[in-house]
Amino acid sequence: MSAPLVRFRGVAKSYDGRAQAVAPLDLEVAEGEFLTLLGPSGSGKTTTLMMLAGFEEPSAGEILLDGRVMNRVPPHRRGIGVVFQNYALFPHMTVAQNLAFPLEMRRMPRAERDARIARALAMVRLAGMAERKPAQLSGGQQQRVALARALIFSPRLVLMDEPLGALDRQLREQLQLEIKALHAELGVTILYVTHDQGEALTMSDRIAVFHQGRIEQIGPPRELYDRPATAFVAGFLGENNLLPATVLGADSGVLRCRLSGGAEVLATGDATPGEALLVLRPERIALDGSGANRVPGTVTDAIFLGDQTRLRVALAGGQAVTVKQPHREGERMPAPGDAVTLCFPPEAARILPPQRT
Amino acid sequence: MTGRVLVGGAAALVLLFLVSPMLAILPLSFSDSEILRLPPEGWSLRWYERLFTSDRWLLAARNSVVVAVATTLLGTVLGTLAALGLHFGRIPGRGAILALLAMPVVTPSVVTAAALFLAYSPLGLTGTMAGLVLGHTIISVPFVVLAVLASLRGFDATLLRAAASLGATPAQAFRRVVLPLIAPGVAAGAVFAFATSFDEFILTLFLAGPGQFTLPRQIYAAVRDVWDPTICAAAVVLFLASMLLLLASEAARRRGGGLG
Repeated sequence: MSAPLVRFRGVAKSYDGRAQAVAPLDLEVAEGEFLTLLGPSGSGKTTTLMMLAGFEEPSAGEILLDGRVMNRVPPHRRGIGVVFQNYALFPHMTVAQNLAFPLEMRRMPRAERDARIARALAMVRLAGMAERKPAQLSGGQQQRVALARALIFSPRLVLMDEPLGALDRQLREQLQLEIKALHAELGVTILYVTHDQGEALTMSDRIAVFHQGRIEQIGPPRELYDRPATAFVAGFLGENNLLPATVLGADSGVLRCRLSGGAEVLATGDATPGEALLVLRPERIALDGSGANRVPGTVTDAIFLGDQTRLRVALAGGQAVTVKQPHREGERMPAPGDAVTLCFPPEAARILPPQRT
Repeated sequence: MTGRVLVGGAAALVLLFLVSPMLAILPLSFSDSEILRLPPEGWSLRWYERLFTSDRWLLAARNSVVVAVATTLLGTVLGTLAALGLHFGRIPGRGAILALLAMPVVTPSVVTAAALFLAYSPLGLTGTMAGLVLGHTIISVPFVVLAVLASLRGFDATLLRAAASLGATPAQAFRRVVLPLIAPGVAAGAVFAFATSFDEFILTLFLAGPGQFTLPRQIYAAVRDVWDPTICAAAVVLFLASMLLLLASEAARRRGGGLG
């Protein structure tokens, strides 16, 4: 792999000298990568992005862009495109003037400028809107202009801070795909901040999950989804059952565990005997099918959601497990009070080591 | 129903009370006699003619305009800079600084005038044009600061970050993004500064030298020292100028739309 385009070396940020908004952080972003910083609000993801943009100063550590230390470089000399959640279009300028702004700052000749603006407008499907003011555009159109403005001066790196947060769901999903397509087409490196795990899974090459100023886990979406390293990642990405369990022993890569209710199950993961957490995706559980693990329980709740039915199942000892069953016409779903058997393969049950505190 | 009529009537009476001096002076300014009497016995434009031909009045008008323009330039630049600093800077004691800046508005003019007179004497600023402009600037700056601060309240600071990310230096971001958006507030502040200086009397009385008659001071002299009906014409002209300024500031405010 070539040298990373962006490198954080021990970068930390504290606003008051005590509480750390970002704990010492090491992170590398490859050229052309789509990396998402995912986490709840206050987890440090936006602060990390703003330090890279140059709007916040790191309290410690170094940020390198293309091998150059950026710490003392002001934002306007970093050449990084930024897309903001509230669009941040200049309200007194037309769409064309907004797009011309970064090109004028770079003293680009008029003819080339006009050509670029026309291309950028076509790229975000807003040809014909050049003379509108931002206030005359819808939220989705404004964010397309903001995207075009951040890309028009051909930066190698574009930062996006919850760019779709203010849009409704349908528009958000549509723009997710558009941004992904632009990324593939232009080959630009994108650092994307969101608290929406669905968005992160849809768009990213890699996801860095932030929690309390630290990266909990970083990797491709599938890896994070299938093999979460911590309980936080397991609970934040998609839905999960987190069940306290005791690891009894290991047998050729398979772990024997006992749930707190008494049922013994086979699971996978790295763990030594003792207290642990068993992670089980609701959609990996079958009812009355076959499988190495068969755990009896009683349905307490069944909610029909259209494409699936969500069941709450109480195990012996009172533990509650969520189960998702895909909808198939004519099939009878268990009702509250029915006895069921939860079946799942050992590889669907992941054991996490005891939680660090 | 009768309540509404009573309120309307009272409001009309108050308005009449407020504008009646102007209504009285308007016909007087067209009188053809030295003796002012309502209604005038004959009509003429002689007082307007004298206003626009007398060296004394022309000099006073010129002085007024020069001082007001200089005050407007100086006060608008200083006031806008102060407002920007107070709004964007992380300044300890921001409230106290703002209160200090607003002091000249609530301080009785005669106190400011006396204080400036004492302070100017050792500096040799009494009786100079520069001293007069400085004095007027001190009492105009608060209006500019408050007008610009009000328009900055509607300014989205993310726009500054956006401008920087697009390659604009802080100076370019100010000129291309901040200034156009707060222009209505700056314009309103400038109009206030001009108006404050243009009809300022007490500071001028204390600070101006013998040759530095401004229009208000000339009017005062024309009433006190030599009875000169030209003041009626001058009053009408000043009144019209004030009306124009008011309309200008209102237009600036409206053009600002959401801001200001």
